[in-house]
Amino acid sequence: MWEKLILFFPELLLAVSASQLLLLGVSKKSNRADLVRYIGIAVLLVFAFSGFLLGMPSGTAFSGALVIDNYSHYIKLIIGLAGAASLIFAKPYLQSEKLDKHEFTVLLLYAVLGMSIMASANNLLAIYIGVEMQALALYIMAAFNRDSLRSSEAGLKYFVLGALSSGLLLYGLSMVYGFSGSLDFDRIGAVVEAGASPGLIAGMVFMLCGLGFKISAAPFHMWTPDVYEGSPTPVTGFFAGAPKFVAMCLIARLCVGPFGGIEDQWQQVIIVFAVLSMFVGAIGALAQTNIKRLMAYSSIANMGYALVPLSAGGAAGVKGMLIFMSIYVITVIGIFACILQMRIRNGMVEQISDLSGLSKSNKGLAIVLSMFMFSVMGIPPLLGFWGKLFAFLPAVEAGLVWLVVLALIASVIGAFYYLRIIKSMWFDEPAHEFVEAPASLRWTTIVSAALVLPLLILPFTAIPATGFISQAAASLF
Amino acid sequence: MFENIPILSLITFFPALAAVFLMIIARTAKSDEAKEQIAKNSPFVALLVSGVVFLLSLLLVLAFDGSTADFQFTEDTAWLGGGIEYRMGVDGISILFVLLTTFLTPLCILASQTSIKDRMLEYMVAFLILETLMIGVFCSLDLILFYLFFEAVLIPMYIIIGVWGGKNRVYASYKFFLYTLLGSVLMLAAIIWIYVLSGQQLGAPTTDMAVLMRDLDIPLGAQTWLWLAFFASFAVKMPMWPVHTWLPDAHVEAPTAGSVILAGILLKLGGYGLLRFSLPLFPDASIKFMPLVFAMSVIAIIYTSLVAYRQHDMKKLIAYSSVAHMGFVTMGIFAMNVQGIQGAIFQMLSHGLISGALFFCVGVIYDRMHTREIAFYGGLVKQMPVFAAFLLFFTMANVGLPGTSGFVGEILTMVGAYQVNPWVAAGAALGMILSAVYALHLYREVVFGEVTNPKLETITDMTRREVFILAPLALFTLVLGVYPSLVTDITAASVDNLIADIAAATAAGGR
Repeated sequence: MWEKLILFFPELLLAVSASQLLLLGVSKKSNRADLVRYIGIAVLLVFAFSGFLLGMPSGTAFSGALVIDNYSHYIKLIIGLAGAASLIFAKPYLQSEKLDKHEFTVLLLYAVLGMSIMASANNLLAIYIGVEMQALALYIMAAFNRDSLRSSEAGLKYFVLGALSSGLLLYGLSMVYGFSGSLDFDRIGAVVEAGASPGLIAGMVFMLCGLGFKISAAPFHMWTPDVYEGSPTPVTGFFAGAPKFVAMCLIARLCVGPFGGIEDQWQQVIIVFAVLSMFVGAIGALAQTNIKRLMAYSSIANMGYALVPLSAGGAAGVKGMLIFMSIYVITVIGIFACILQMRIRNGMVEQISDLSGLSKSNKGLAIVLSMFMFSVMGIPPLLGFWGKLFAFLPAVEAGLVWLVVLALIASVIGAFYYLRIIKSMWFDEPAHEFVEAPASLRWTTIVSAALVLPLLILPFTAIPATGFISQAAASLF
Repeated sequence: MFENIPILSLITFFPALAAVFLMIIARTAKSDEAKEQIAKNSPFVALLVSGVVFLLSLLLVLAFDGSTADFQFTEDTAWLGGGIEYRMGVDGISILFVLLTTFLTPLCILASQTSIKDRMLEYMVAFLILETLMIGVFCSLDLILFYLFFEAVLIPMYIIIGVWGGKNRVYASYKFFLYTLLGSVLMLAAIIWIYVLSGQQLGAPTTDMAVLMRDLDIPLGAQTWLWLAFFASFAVKMPMWPVHTWLPDAHVEAPTAGSVILAGILLKLGGYGLLRFSLPLFPDASIKFMPLVFAMSVIAIIYTSLVAYRQHDMKKLIAYSSVAHMGFVTMGIFAMNVQGIQGAIFQMLSHGLISGALFFCVGVIYDRMHTREIAFYGGLVKQMPVFAAFLLFFTMANVGLPGTSGFVGEILTMVGAYQVNPWVAAGAALGMILSAVYALHLYREVVFGEVTNPKLETITDMTRREVFILAPLALFTLVLGVYPSLVTDITAASVDNLIADIAAATAAGGR
């Protein structure tokens, strides 16, 4: 009994504290948003490191519905940290936009809880519960600025299309259940090994399509730019990182786990997703003028790159995907921390042209943002380059050189729009007077830059996480 | 000498450390006055740093043992693991490029001190970082490390062109960045492929150049693709016809010192890469593609010389002449004999000095008149006799007048090519005549004749600083022209070894 509860401790922690924080928030008339936020950050940090705190337990819970292994520990580490970072970065924005309510923290905790269940899912029902739980919280967060038309529209759009994707996923789940006769990954895996029926394969394709929505892989990417643009900026920053990471990890677990026996089948789907996403992302971003829409296309393209190692399969492929996605999450958080820092007189910076002359008005920020941009471009010696290198290595090893060449060509097309941001900051004359950022925000950016900048330059093995990533990928096999 | 000191790392990273130091100092400044003071003094710091680096690399060349083809001053430190390590070292092919880099950088900084008007500190930081990256390219003996430096060069150069460039700088900087990036990502795919291949063939994957050159035997089919991928990258960098179109734009828009570095060092990265990677790793494919490279070289030499003649902008003219001169380099490299490769290395070094000097010369009159239109000038010899003398010397060196270093490089590459294919050499010789046509045309239009433009009547001759920049360049051009053994003695052992390797590899393959 207790051993099982220990395995379930991270989720339990989140569920209990989220409910308690909700009560705490409504119990007094005065606004308790700050208190709730600080507790929420602490909870998320404990959640992130729960694997280490508990001594890396492994096993299954709830008669095999959840599996706890190094893979899930690693995912929880990343999403916990990403959630905590989002809460920290969100504070000044929410305060200045008069949105500082305790529900924000509570919703984010629930979203992370859903993701955590996705990370540990070991049966079809757990997948669905996890996906829906995080999605419901995220719908509300997208519409968090309820007085703003754009934010409500974003929430509604996200909800309708999200419901569609849930439908696809559910249809896939039911087909897989129907044709394999079990909800458990292990049993499904055994059935697949013995010989997959066409219905099972169709179910697998539906499931991948449903999850493809969640990672906004083309051709299921249409919702991304609108939702990114309409949502409050810190929410967008959260959207771009953790949920993508978890959904990608879930796809990897499904592919090498229950569907490991039909690699030649899902490989085709993944490759189609990858190629379409890379080019849709790269070409779609060219014409964007809004920085949040641009980041949306950028994330579509990056999902394409992340699928490249996955299409190679095997532990090396999963490891490559984990490295790439971890670096992607770090970079996205950094970029949004920078975007949130920039205020002009009548609100937040949203247009790329608003960034013009930033190198004159705020040089430190311009340098940091430029480094992030060169990093997502994949220019060495910045971190993004190592991400691409380790992502493409397994694909070449698996003989998919053509796919890597396509990915690299897409990354050159993509370089153009990142260059445009750098151009605005460095080559153009200042168009706006930037308002001095509040001290708390400046402080958080300094911390985030201090955390991220060494990561941008140091060789990858200098980061202790690499060993952990290898273990995580190995634990799937 | 230097047994226990990581001298190559020291030379490589000292400028970057100084750049970081400059940035931190500038951040700590409280008042605007202090900031201005720091910016004003930053060129002196940069000059001092690059001067020290130059002296160190001079000592390095003196300590270099020219009798062996082995890599010297090698360093090998754990880095990424899995066969990707931090490996540095120089041999006869690379060491002189290090010296060329450290020699040109202080001159560039000296020249920028007066011609750059705003953001002096950032300019110096960008230049110091650029120096680190360029030295790193020539010193790295690991494919991944090489790629890291090779591609990172784009960042400071993009910023230098874009921030301190001319009117059309944004277009030029984009074109420069995207063109070269497209070339080099293909090389990245090839490097990953080589890494995987080495794992299959040697048991453990590695990107160690020494091991790859010695042990790896790539099948011909893969060699063809890998050669093409590397060639795509180096041909854009060289640049070879028909992918040279970014160069004139970048040159025209870049500030003077940027043009000097671009012509002097960055163009050499391509030729160096062909020598260091394409020939030793893919000998069979190199022989297979020899006719293609020859054809591209001859077209480059003749076509771009003709194009150069029609230019109205001085920098554009020199840029096209650079493409033509790089044609000699590729021709020499792919002749794959002693004269050809020696000549190619010599031509690269000499072109680094001469084209650098020519861009400095353009910078001298541009700083005074703020135009590079050839038609604007005329009769400068009356007002600027010293300038006229320098420009004459470098124009003649560019044409390849015997006694200057330009002559040695061109004649050696042509001798090399003649042994393989006389027609190629004949085409290149035609290009030499054409180079005289455009270079003398430029000189006549700018220096001779009557002063027709009244604005030119007040133009002043070169300052002492400008003479000080051009004099060492002229000296080296002359010295290398009359005593080429200074270079060839250092490169000989490595070049012989390279040719022997190619011969052995093709003989062993029975191809």
